[in-house]
Amino acid sequence: MSDQLFQAMRQSIIDGASDTATELAQEALASGVDPLEAVNQGFAAGITFAGDQFGCGQMFLPDLLASAEAMKAAINILEPEMLKRGSQRKALGKIVLGTARGDIHDIGKNLVATILSASGFQIFDLGTSVTPEQFVAKAKEVDADIVGISALLTTTMAGQRAVIEALDRNGLRPRVKAIIGGAAVTQKWAAEIGADGYSRNAIDALELAKNLMNKMMNKVMNKGTAQA
Amino acid sequence: MRPRIELLAPELIGRILCEAFELLMNPGVRVGSAPVVQLLRSAAVEVNDGVARVPEPLVRSCLASVPRDFYLYNRQGEKAVHYGGDDVHFDPGSCCVQMLDPDTLEARPSETRDLVRLVQVTEMLPQFAAQSTAVVCSDSNAPSAIGDLYRLFVVLQHSDKPVVTGSFSAAGLQGMIDLLAADSGSRDNLRKKPRAVFDVCPSPPLNWSEFGSHNLLDLARAGVPAQIVSMPLAGGTAPVTLAGSVTQHAAETLAGITLHQLAGPGSPVVWGGAPAIFDMRTGGAPMGAVETAMLNMACAEIGKHLGLPTHGYLVATDSKFVDAQAGAESARSAMLGALTGINMISGAGMLESLACHSVEKLVIDAESIASAYRLVRGVEMRGETLATAMFAQTGLSGEFLKLKETRALFRQEQHLPSPVIDRSARGTEPPSDVFTRARARVDELVSMYRKPSLSEHVLRKFQSIVDRETEREADKAGVASPIPGTEKF
Repeated sequence: MSDQLFQAMRQSIIDGASDTATELAQEALASGVDPLEAVNQGFAAGITFAGDQFGCGQMFLPDLLASAEAMKAAINILEPEMLKRGSQRKALGKIVLGTARGDIHDIGKNLVATILSASGFQIFDLGTSVTPEQFVAKAKEVDADIVGISALLTTTMAGQRAVIEALDRNGLRPRVKAIIGGAAVTQKWAAEIGADGYSRNAIDALELAKNLMNKMMNKVMNKGTAQA
Repeated sequence: MRPRIELLAPELIGRILCEAFELLMNPGVRVGSAPVVQLLRSAAVEVNDGVARVPEPLVRSCLASVPRDFYLYNRQGEKAVHYGGDDVHFDPGSCCVQMLDPDTLEARPSETRDLVRLVQVTEMLPQFAAQSTAVVCSDSNAPSAIGDLYRLFVVLQHSDKPVVTGSFSAAGLQGMIDLLAADSGSRDNLRKKPRAVFDVCPSPPLNWSEFGSHNLLDLARAGVPAQIVSMPLAGGTAPVTLAGSVTQHAAETLAGITLHQLAGPGSPVVWGGAPAIFDMRTGGAPMGAVETAMLNMACAEIGKHLGLPTHGYLVATDSKFVDAQAGAESARSAMLGALTGINMISGAGMLESLACHSVEKLVIDAESIASAYRLVRGVEMRGETLATAMFAQTGLSGEFLKLKETRALFRQEQHLPSPVIDRSARGTEPPSDVFTRARARVDELVSMYRKPSLSEHVLRKFQSIVDRETEREADKAGVASPIPGTEKF
């Protein structure tokens, strides 16, 4: 029974069917299925599949976004019960996002926010034209793991460097990682301004964020082992 | 509204046809064989010294019996190509003698393995509604007189799609019709649901040679569609003006239709063509020239004016490489042909003024063709409102990407190209050129291709027809020369 339900959950995310995902989440609660299991074995498998399909060109942005929205709809139903049980899904990490100062183009940043959020990251979206000081303040406030700075234009790319410099000045790096993205952004530019990572699209951004979190975890564990 | 281009004003169309009818009487049409002369004389046409003077009323009555449209069918017996109206289809160029080697970038004689690879890729691409007998197989030991039969034999074993083909000899045609009839079950089935159309060419100017006219009559009697491919070269074998060459094309095609309908009234026939300008530097036929495209468009317009199914030769280039010139010339003529509403457009994949084929170019041309198809679908009205209903949901947030309408409609609104077309952001991987991407695409398509499963009975029939024709030709030549099947490919 559960296997069938998990399969239907996975499919609802792949189909980008928010209504179905909502109904299946409600059905899971009504029939006593562990909400965390519903996420991990059902819905999350769908978003992973959708991401892979997008990565190989079989799904497109509107499909991916619909999958992410369906994921959010399911989580919204399941979250109160997870909180009640004290079994809420552990966030993969905390990420502060925004577009660089002077840049009001946020379609890419919004997509990254949606995909990362649907995949289990906790997102603090500062919106558009964000100053370096605002990035720093938010990163401190929420104890962020990663700061992501988006810039569409070559003229606003300099703003990405300004945020990284501000994070450095405030002593947040290397603990807080800085990642960048945007149409004109390249790996070369990322290296030049000392960013910790760069991605070409929202799915690559998810991989990048996961890799950075793994590296951070390994570092902490290695440090712990060395001290022991 | 379907977007379209018309090059000829109504009065010019009238003038072209008027002069074409004049040409059929003076200087008349050269006809090369006794049966054709006999057929024309039986229709009261005056034939002196091999030149027929064909009167307009006879031509008009023959035009009246031509079917306004017909279908080609796939192996499953489904309608796959509609010759008629403004429907547009594409097939790869035909009967090329060289292949571009993707490793050395040199042209080498084409072989059976090249034909098989071209057929496999064509089979996988929805942009091509039909196959063609694309390249000569220089490795085959089939007598040259039945080279066209051998090519069709190879294509039929590897494809379910309809075929645009042709015969270079009067003798070869019957074997090819037998091959198609074996696949269809009988000659009667083939007549009811034709799988192939045969190109038949007059020789410019105004000459229906013995083998061309024989094939035309045989096809008409068999009820297998014929495609008259008149090839005036403006300034070389035809008047230098575009209008003059279109007039000659019309006269040659009208003469062909008259012969065809006298032999088999009501048999399907296509107002086809491969007209080109004559290059005044090289003496060649520049297939990528815009004037060549204009000739094809104008010739097709005359055919459409007469209410006939149409064909043209476009999507080819004069470049020797799969380069920017090849892309520009081929994409341009694909668009122009589609906007004209030509029913069958042959030529994709071809380089070097039709002297060389390239399977890599074929997959790039498929993208141009897909864009051309998108273009002729035009700007369509979808839903109750154009924008206001969507704005009612988004307000000024700009979040159109999340709308269900976006997801429901983007595949209809946009052509989503294959990875042959590079739209990626500059990223961590080194950028590639289109030829590199096309090579990868060819490999991908070939790996996904599955050979049709033909019954043992049909395969045995195929082989026996090929063996029979081979022996007949070998007897004529006094040598024994059996040709193998294509199992190894």
